[in-house]
Amino acid sequence: MSSNKKYWKSVEELNENSSIVETLKQNEFVEEIPTDEFLGDKETLEETSTTRRDFLKYVGFSTAAASLAACEGPVKKSIPYIVQPTEIIPGVANHYATTIANGFDFASVLVKTREGRPIKIENNNLATTNGSANARVNASVLGLYDSLRVQGPKKAGESISWSNFDSETSQKLTELSAAGEAIVLLTQTFASPSTSKLISEFKEKYGNVRHVVYDAVSESAALDAYQAKYGERGLANYDFAKAMTIVSVGADFLGDWQGGGFDADYSKNRVPDHGKMSRHIQFESNMSLTGANADKRVPLKPSEQKLALAKLYSYVVGGSVSGTLPEHIEAAVKNAASQLKKAGSNGLVVTGIQDVNAQTVVLEINEALTSRAFDKTTPIKTRQGSDAAVTKLVADMKAGNVGALIMSGVNPAYSLPNASDFVDGLKKTKLSVAFSMKVDETSSETQYIAAAPHYLESWGDVELKKGHYGLMQPTIRPLFDTRQFQEALLKWTGNDVSYHDYIKDTWGTGILGGGSFNRALHDGVFVGTIATETVETAEASNTDTEETAEIPSGNAARTLAASAKNEGSELTLYTKVGMGDGQQANNPWLQEFPDPITRTSWDNYLTVSKADADALGLINHHVANGALNGSYAKVTVNGVSVTAPVMIQPGQAKGSFGLSFGYGKTLGLKEEMQTGVNAYALYQNFNTVQNVTIEKAAGEHEFASVQLHNTLMGRGDIIKETNLEIFNTKDKKHWNAVPMVSLNHEPVPVTSPEVDLWDEFDRSIGHHFNLSIDLNACTGCGSCVIACHAENNVPVVGKTEVRRSRDMHWLRIDRYYSSETSFEGDNTKKDNISGLGSSLSEFGEMENASDNPQVAFQPVMCQHCNHAPCETVCPVAATSHGRQGQNHMAYNRCVGTRYCANNCPYKVRRFNWFLYNGNDEFDYHMNDDLGRMVLNPDVVVRSRGVMEKCSMCIQMTQKTILDAKRDGREIKDGEFQTACSAACSSGAMIFGDINDKQSEVAKLKEDNRMYHLLESVGTKPNVIYQTKVRNTTEA
Amino acid sequence: MEKVIHRKLGKNTLCLGLTILLAFTISLSAQEGDPAKGKALFNANCAACHQLDKKMTGPALRHVEQRLADEQGLDRDWVYAWVRNSAGVIKSGDAYANKIYNEYSSAAMTAFPQLSDDDLNNILAYTAQEKAAPPAAATTAGAQPTASSSGGISNEIILGALAILFILLAAGLYIVNKTLRRFASAQNIDIPEATKRTPLWKAFIKNQFLMLVTAIFFLLASAYFIFGYFMQIGVDQGYEPVQPIHYSHRIHAGDNGIDCKYCHSSARVSKTSGIPSLNVCMNCHKSIYEVAPETLAEGKQIGVDYNAEIQKLYKAAGWDDANQKYTGNSQPVKWVRIHNLPDFVYFNHSQHVSVAGVECQTCHGPVEEMEVMYQHAPLTMGWCIECHRTTNVNVKDNAYYTKIHEELSKKYGVENLTAAQMGGLECGKCHY
Repeated sequence: MSSNKKYWKSVEELNENSSIVETLKQNEFVEEIPTDEFLGDKETLEETSTTRRDFLKYVGFSTAAASLAACEGPVKKSIPYIVQPTEIIPGVANHYATTIANGFDFASVLVKTREGRPIKIENNNLATTNGSANARVNASVLGLYDSLRVQGPKKAGESISWSNFDSETSQKLTELSAAGEAIVLLTQTFASPSTSKLISEFKEKYGNVRHVVYDAVSESAALDAYQAKYGERGLANYDFAKAMTIVSVGADFLGDWQGGGFDADYSKNRVPDHGKMSRHIQFESNMSLTGANADKRVPLKPSEQKLALAKLYSYVVGGSVSGTLPEHIEAAVKNAASQLKKAGSNGLVVTGIQDVNAQTVVLEINEALTSRAFDKTTPIKTRQGSDAAVTKLVADMKAGNVGALIMSGVNPAYSLPNASDFVDGLKKTKLSVAFSMKVDETSSETQYIAAAPHYLESWGDVELKKGHYGLMQPTIRPLFDTRQFQEALLKWTGNDVSYHDYIKDTWGTGILGGGSFNRALHDGVFVGTIATETVETAEASNTDTEETAEIPSGNAARTLAASAKNEGSELTLYTKVGMGDGQQANNPWLQEFPDPITRTSWDNYLTVSKADADALGLINHHVANGALNGSYAKVTVNGVSVTAPVMIQPGQAKGSFGLSFGYGKTLGLKEEMQTGVNAYALYQNFNTVQNVTIEKAAGEHEFASVQLHNTLMGRGDIIKETNLEIFNTKDKKHWNAVPMVSLNHEPVPVTSPEVDLWDEFDRSIGHHFNLSIDLNACTGCGSCVIACHAENNVPVVGKTEVRRSRDMHWLRIDRYYSSETSFEGDNTKKDNISGLGSSLSEFGEMENASDNPQVAFQPVMCQHCNHAPCETVCPVAATSHGRQGQNHMAYNRCVGTRYCANNCPYKVRRFNWFLYNGNDEFDYHMNDDLGRMVLNPDVVVRSRGVMEKCSMCIQMTQKTILDAKRDGREIKDGEFQTACSAACSSGAMIFGDINDKQSEVAKLKEDNRMYHLLESVGTKPNVIYQTKVRNTTEA
Repeated sequence: MEKVIHRKLGKNTLCLGLTILLAFTISLSAQEGDPAKGKALFNANCAACHQLDKKMTGPALRHVEQRLADEQGLDRDWVYAWVRNSAGVIKSGDAYANKIYNEYSSAAMTAFPQLSDDDLNNILAYTAQEKAAPPAAATTAGAQPTASSSGGISNEIILGALAILFILLAAGLYIVNKTLRRFASAQNIDIPEATKRTPLWKAFIKNQFLMLVTAIFFLLASAYFIFGYFMQIGVDQGYEPVQPIHYSHRIHAGDNGIDCKYCHSSARVSKTSGIPSLNVCMNCHKSIYEVAPETLAEGKQIGVDYNAEIQKLYKAAGWDDANQKYTGNSQPVKWVRIHNLPDFVYFNHSQHVSVAGVECQTCHGPVEEMEVMYQHAPLTMGWCIECHRTTNVNVKDNAYYTKIHEELSKKYGVENLTAAQMGGLECGKCHY
């Protein structure tokens, strides 16, 4: 009897009109297999004279020739120096202290050079200000070896010589000056005393000169507020190490808020010490890095932020403000105010609202609290731009009132919202010069491109904070025929001294106060004792003084509250940890750097709350290979619209949206790096908050996300956490219990030797390395990820490969959301699940993150297990254990079975699916000679078919040991470092030798908070974690 | 890979003898003073800047007294004054002194107040000697082929005579055999025919067991050789490439006893031993512009003109020997690298040289005897490990080792620890 049963092949068949089913009926594959591309078209095949026999002959001969040739080793040439520089010994690294000051990132750093090539950026521990390199600064070394750099001066796209450039521009400037036309210098924030002096000399010589400072992402409101209140243009300097109660209203101070660099101090109070830790309350719209680290996070719309801040003022300082907030926010504000009052001078309020009133209110609250963290004597100097001056300049240019425009370190044609006005105006100038490293959106429109050097090839000085200086020195001879802006200013003012001598002179007379210049150069930093007057004040600041001085100080809160109009959808523009303002968009390390919050690389996107997404019909879903896809949305601000992919973001305030700057560049970068959309188009009036309309757009975007499962599902043994109250009052076993396993039906701790399958290996002699990661101190900033990239020659694989989960990062920072309001809730929910029905439904629910989840970051790298599951399954013994606790990986021995990766419970092993160097398919830095100069010569570049993973920087630990042996001395604690622990400025990663009982890591190993990742597996890792403690104590 | 063709270093006593003879047939000058003592003094005090026949940092000094007297009318007292305090003479406004001073780029000559009149007389006597005639190159060149050809002839004669002898013997035996057979047939004696046996190879083929054993033997043997062949791929022991400049380690490290680490200084502190930069060569070769005639002759025998090689160095370093200055027109030397470790191996020279105190020769072989540098050791992992297994760690006076050595030696119950016991066999110590 024949059966009428219908066998369903897929759910698609349920849909009668599905095109896929129809196609599959006709063809085996949905998409046509591109055989033509492979075979070439028929004509060419017929035309060719090569017969099949010939072809086989060629194949045979070439195979034979290749195998013969392979038996002979290639001849390698070695070319020594003619005259070896005394400071260079081949094979020995030199370190130079310098300062990065690219207008967005300012930091004092150490540069590691090998054979004269800078290869890595490290923290300058001598620096008291901005001494830590963030992810972008760590990656900036790769910008030096960017193959798309401008290699010499250009005029109208053609190369010219510097002498021609000098004579032509000087002549033109003199003519314009004589004709009384305006000459404008449009620059980044240099914060450089020498440059200021030079610019004033330039002004003197050419008369009608204006200097406009332009920050792509403006802090103008904060500057104006500070200037109005304290008479000096700068940003309020907060020492978070002195703040025990921190209330932030929309300030991403662990990100790039007011220049960034606050995370190290912030982390100092996040680790419970004698039962105390700081309390951090965050009011914000987007889920920021800062919000993710907060003890209490209140999502609210940007307009509500203004009102909340005004109310906070009224509760703390006094007075009343009108306006109503939703009840729970009102309660949270009241609560925050009472905590602040209780904290008194230990309290601190910060805000990121780009509004002079908001910034004034914050200054007043901090004054009222007499906050110890607020240091009025040393304002931050790393942002000096003025919105008013830039707006006026564009208007003047459009009116044809600007004779000459000389730019340095800026790209306004990309980063201005009214870029087309700017470009129109640029064409009306009689002389336009851009000092630029790239032929970018701006420099391609100027008459002259003055090829600028990278900061690692330049001299310079920076006043980071008032009285806190940094020096910039070249660490390599200029790779190309470049000249820095200051050298050109010297030429134009007819000064023959070099910029180096000029700086030396400026410092000798004004800054050093008798100190040694060479000492300052060696240290890279100098803290002056005498306050120096600013030699040159930008034009802008004068005009602004008049405007901002009018703000009546007491009324700021009321004005702020009045300006808070809740009008539909609001967009908050922000900068991502990886991309910042976008000047390093051609940096493959940064493009592939997964955003700490969304864990998505190679993109920017519109972050949308789940509720809004449902209302607008926007979706995120996983496709067959596990990758993430998302809808597109049309984002319109005042008639300007961009279409951006949508990322549904837990914690995003309902009615608010987020979009990051720095993407959507079109010129001066490789095709692969032209990712995302340009959010600057929506940055109208330099306000990061805009009223916006969102519509669903057609199509679906493919994201390259490295973490697709967002919640912890109550698996508390991955991230152990507790709150301060329990931590202080209860025994360790309540909040950090060792997992139990059954032995003879008795529960036994998994750490006890009886339940161990393996014999213990004696590691008590010599060194035994451990890495401690403190989940309380870790902010998730990601500088360790880039430091690891640079140190270990980790390849960049590109967006499509990341989408296939083939990312190569040795170190990842997992980010987890709670699906209940807290992780605690998750654990309870999981424990209460009983029965199949309940587990199916409730585990399903737990896959979704809460609307305002708790967030936890966890850096995970190879755990270097003492009982490593990977080692036992390797058929060729390519991975083995060392006595010093490191799990070794011999690449040359690996045959690529990938058993080890499958057997690793932590999923930290990475497989080289392709050859990532010298391969046109992966056209990143390792594909050109210039980019390969950044490779670390002490670490082998892996080839295709080889497994790799974190080595616990064995090349660094070995170097420390070898140096000590050569010097014949014992090793002190702190000498052993890995790239990640050295890059971690927050003190979250501590590395060392636990056999040295006095070492910090040995003490951390015995700490009550210590636990191992997935301890129940019994792998006995050498990476230890410290339990996360949240300060959830209300009031 | 291009390799040097070895030439026999045949000794040519005739040539040497002639050279030595000529060197002693110098007509002794009638000047007062002892030229032999003068030579010693000259080499000790003056040779750093002066040569007899060549301008160096200072002028050439052969017949200096004669020249001064003839051209400038200056006597020996002027020389005394100049040598003992040239700056004083210049200051006094002496015309010739100032001329010389300016001519040699205003480099003041070191004062030698310690030299007595006698010493100076001796030196002057030495400078007054006639130049020794160059060794008769023509005769040596002529002598060589005759000597070698005569040797060839004598061998051939002996061989020829032997061959003739053997032919005569064979012929004699044949004749004897033939005569005996004739006698036999004449006497009607039957010569018994040898019975025909199966040839050995046929018997061998028929014996299947033997065939099997042989086949197995051949298979094993060929596997052995194939394995051996594959194992030596990439092992370049004995690799001796032709270098752009014929640099003789034999002369520098052997004959002159220069310490290896004088030139390869980074071996002390770095992972690489470093190929010396050309300025290191020029430290000495600024003064050593040619080799001794004996050395030159030695070089000629292996077809190398050492003086020409020094000229190559000058060209590369951009040194103008005639005017004693750098032209700035330098050309880097592309040496052919001999010791190539694969990229995946980390080797640190300073650990072996400075920490362990291993002699360079342990790995690099008798460098001081090598005319042309070659790879002495196989540089295979087995070779490394063998040494790590057998070599004791040098822990003396090294505070780093004090604790670890005490504990480890107690654990293993040994007096001295080998590198292997210290963990020197772990993969990750060399592969990362």
